[in-house]
Amino acid sequence: MWTKHAKFERHSLWMIIGIVIVVSIGGLVEISPLFYLESTVEEVDGMRPYTPLELEGRDIYIREGCYTCHSQMIRPLRDEVERYGHYSLAAESMYDHPFQWGSKRTGPDLARVGGKYSDSWHKDHLTDPRSVVPESVMPPYAFLRDKDLDYRQVQAKLSAMTKVGVPYTQDQIDNATADLEAQADPFDSRATALKKRYGAKLAQRDFDGDPDRLTEMDALIAYLQMLGGLVDFRTYRAEAPENQR
Amino acid sequence: MSGLSYEAVARFAQQGGTVYFGVLFFIVVIYALWPRHTETFKRLAALPLEDCEDDHVPS
Amino acid sequence: MTQLTVQHDEGAPFDVMLLYIFTGVGAFAALLAAAFTKDPLFQFHSFIFLAAFVLAAGVMTAGVAYGKFRSEPTRYADGVIRAGVIATMFWAVVAMLVGVVIAAQLSWPNIFYFPEAGWLNFGRLRPLHTSGVIFAFGGNALIATSFWVVQRTCRARLAGGVAPWFVFWGYQLFIVLAATGYLAGITQSKEYAEPEWYVDLWLTVVWVAYLLVFLGTIWKRKEPHIYVANWFYLAFIITVAILHLVNNMALPVALLHHRSYSLYSGVQDALVQWWYGHNAVGFFLTAGFLGMMYYFVPKRAERPVYSYRLSIVHFWSLIFIYIWAGPHHLHYTALPQWTQTLGATFSIMLWMPSWGGMINGLMTLSGAWDKLRTDPVIRMMVVALAFYGMSTFEGPLMSLREVNALSHYTDWTIGHVHSGALGWVGFISFGAVYCMVPWLWKKDRVYSNTLIEWHFWIATTGILLYIAAMWVSGIMEGLMWREYTPQGFLANSFVETVAAKHVENIIRTVGGLMYLSGAVIMSYNLWRTVRMPGHEAQPQGLASLPALAAAE
Repeated sequence: MWTKHAKFERHSLWMIIGIVIVVSIGGLVEISPLFYLESTVEEVDGMRPYTPLELEGRDIYIREGCYTCHSQMIRPLRDEVERYGHYSLAAESMYDHPFQWGSKRTGPDLARVGGKYSDSWHKDHLTDPRSVVPESVMPPYAFLRDKDLDYRQVQAKLSAMTKVGVPYTQDQIDNATADLEAQADPFDSRATALKKRYGAKLAQRDFDGDPDRLTEMDALIAYLQMLGGLVDFRTYRAEAPENQR
Repeated sequence: MSGLSYEAVARFAQQGGTVYFGVLFFIVVIYALWPRHTETFKRLAALPLEDCEDDHVPS
Repeated sequence: MTQLTVQHDEGAPFDVMLLYIFTGVGAFAALLAAAFTKDPLFQFHSFIFLAAFVLAAGVMTAGVAYGKFRSEPTRYADGVIRAGVIATMFWAVVAMLVGVVIAAQLSWPNIFYFPEAGWLNFGRLRPLHTSGVIFAFGGNALIATSFWVVQRTCRARLAGGVAPWFVFWGYQLFIVLAATGYLAGITQSKEYAEPEWYVDLWLTVVWVAYLLVFLGTIWKRKEPHIYVANWFYLAFIITVAILHLVNNMALPVALLHHRSYSLYSGVQDALVQWWYGHNAVGFFLTAGFLGMMYYFVPKRAERPVYSYRLSIVHFWSLIFIYIWAGPHHLHYTALPQWTQTLGATFSIMLWMPSWGGMINGLMTLSGAWDKLRTDPVIRMMVVALAFYGMSTFEGPLMSLREVNALSHYTDWTIGHVHSGALGWVGFISFGAVYCMVPWLWKKDRVYSNTLIEWHFWIATTGILLYIAAMWVSGIMEGLMWREYTPQGFLANSFVETVAAKHVENIIRTVGGLMYLSGAVIMSYNLWRTVRMPGHEAQPQGLASLPALAAAE
């Protein structure tokens, strides 16, 4: 028996095979069930893919590294549920490529920040955090206000998202640019079509208070204001066996 | 998705993993304690002390 | 390929020509990308690629013209290790400096933030700090020491001719792309795997070359057995390759666009990411540095490894158990609970192999304990092992659900990471570098032992300040978040917990600054060492031109 193991030592190829087997089985056994068992993600009402404007806002959230200080994952602990709202469901991040759960709360959790503050509060806070929260240690993001949103690639972004599994319709992809512009302008004539594609609940307004321009601030606030508000918790039954995993 | 229930896969992962680790550990311990290896290991333990710090490859 | 490098006078060797063609093609491709992309950020990185390839081609042209690429099979390839040592210290200072800056930003947000310079904000600098320390400082230390150890313990020159130089410079290009990308806002937001798809592809190419160089050297060995340090290095190289490939699966928005979207989403993405993240700790920051430990501790203590048997058992147990422990980063999340429990169980089991390694390292000093008093380098490595033992004790503790409920999302985690990174990774690397520099530059000793003493004490005090401050602030904020008034309301608003950490943040900044000062002192000391008269007549190619030192 032991001569076989001496080969591990003497022959590097055996060594490599040994290492690969040892490290890959653990990963496979642990990770793969999550991929082919749909019940990891519960069925809920209300989830929809991001609108083009929200998606661009999300890309800014990622670009600025917001995830380094803000989590988007409320744990089912009493204080967290009271502070932030209903604990996060797997379904709520099912269209997140990649996920934004975060690992650190230098600032508060943002999973349900949507609708908690007004647009103008967000704008003031992002421009100069300490003007509204004196003890804050957050960096200022004044430059977002002055920077026009570059959304030339938004259609390609939706299309790429479709390829990794987000169910955008062809209609949504084709009209990505129009929908993006419509969502940031309260008087836009394409609003009806936008709401038909993404649901009537969606917020459509001038998020940064500067009607002349479509800025990065518009996109980021649009994203922040929709966080955590999609799932209809009136129809979600936490006690159902498939939700107890 | 069909055939395998979620619980079955989860249980297999937990029990199989334990058995797999136990077997592997056992094999490695036997290998490490095998009497014939004692001399080799003794020599290998001192290997770093033998080599040279200058850049001549010993022939 | 290795045999081909032996030819002497008939022009450039085959491997050099191959690399030459590669840089030419690369430069052309980068030029095309820069010309046709509509994405300014992608264009910016195309220009960096272009500059790197043109520079490499230029240096190689000069090298070939002056016959610099002749390889001597009777000598170890130490030039690339000298370059690696310089890069290690350079990136150490840069990455730790960025760490001090972001610590200062959290301490004094009114002074260290610049509203009009978004690229200096915490969110962009933080990945620069983490990647800088892990991949730039740690990675260069691992590559340099692995090249030293594999040659000496196999008694063979590095395989692949010019390939080790490709690995070295290719890795530096990866670091520059990652770092400039973070500052410019190019990130896929997966922690410790932030670089975008094309940088990931480039790293894959470099990493495969690294694996082949390392393996090729093992295949050439004159020593029948593979020394245990090389096992650890090999496990590190292979597993990091697997982790990197699986975690970075992503689809670019367009061929010439920097942004990509992960193939996985939500809960699956979270599990893959923390499987990666935890094993980056396990295989990059642990296995690799244990390889370093298993060579440099016995070497410096002039004692054989305490128990070679233990090293075998703890090697296989360590790599087996580590791979399962990732889900403990996701306690109480939307991840299925059995996966969380599995992760926590294996984290507890990890205690054993981790302490096996620590005990084996410490006991190697038995019979040479007096060196602790006389040799600050040995002391540094012993303290490294002590911190390794401490953080691998703390880690399983924090992986328990009940403890994690308190510690997760708080500064406690930051303190834990730094006791491992500053204490274990930093000190064992510094120890190895202090050993290697006199050997590599053919000096009798390091310039000043007193300065090593200074480095040791200032850095150790810095670590203690840092982790003590983070323990206090982490546990404090965790308790404050869950504190209730007698009437049953939450006692603290979130911002009150932020304000409460002010003093701890300042202490942390001071601790980090002390640790950085230690690294600066060390760099100065090493610089003076290199400048000392050597014990051999011929001076070695100096630090200033590592690329041309390919001559060896």
